[in-house]
Amino acid sequence: MLDALTIATAVCALLLAAWCGLAFARHEPTKDWHFIGMAVVSLLAVAQLVVGVVQLARGQSPEQGTVLFVSYLLGAAACVPAAGFMSLAERTRWGSMTVLAGGVVLAVLQVRLYDIWGG
Amino acid sequence: MSETRQGPEPAGEAAAEPRRKLVTGPGTLLVWVYGVMVVGAVSRSAYQIATEFDRAPLAYTLSAVAAVVYAFITYTLVRGGERARVAALVCCAVELAGVVLVGIWTLADPSAFPDSTVWSEFGRGYLFIPVILPVTGILWLRRPRA
Repeated sequence: MLDALTIATAVCALLLAAWCGLAFARHEPTKDWHFIGMAVVSLLAVAQLVVGVVQLARGQSPEQGTVLFVSYLLGAAACVPAAGFMSLAERTRWGSMTVLAGGVVLAVLQVRLYDIWGG
Repeated sequence: MSETRQGPEPAGEAAAEPRRKLVTGPGTLLVWVYGVMVVGAVSRSAYQIATEFDRAPLAYTLSAVAAVVYAFITYTLVRGGERARVAALVCCAVELAGVVLVGIWTLADPSAFPDSTVWSEFGRGYLFIPVILPVTGILWLRRPRA
């Protein structure tokens, strides 16, 4: 797939995780700026979904199977928004911790996506 | 006998007071990680059972069991209340027993597992989350109703 996009998404996801870790350490909930950060990371994941589907449509195929690839793409796109909604409901430091976990999960998904596509 | 005469139904616990929420504070993080495990385990076992069940029936069945346990715990956490807390606590214990037993089993007799399960080698493929999660869950759920 597009390696640059995969790497960018993973790095941004980890940055988001670190940023929310800072908020957690300061006993703060997620704030507007965190949500903008989440939007940026989510946008990257959605872009990845689009690029992935376009490449499948062009006839390229992932090494470990199309179903697996598409389900990971969908999971990656849904990951940070889901954590974001939970942090909206939890206005304490634990909301920040949840987004941190979301960022880490997204980064792990990127590594798996890279493997599934076949590096 | 006067057994037919029943007193007024005692008001249900849920009706008398709102269910105690389990998804607050650290519970939010817990339910998020459980949710991720549900998505991971359910989709993985559904895919494997649908496509290549004969390759490793035992491993894929165990993955499906793990998926069901995760789904049930997530449901009880979201639902909240005292009964759900106890149910979730029991399931966390089952989950811990499962991951420890399957972990030992995979190490003792690797030939029984041509492919790995969610709980193989104490959940190593999932960053050991399967073994950390039930312990965290038990710690969080052990606190009785305030």
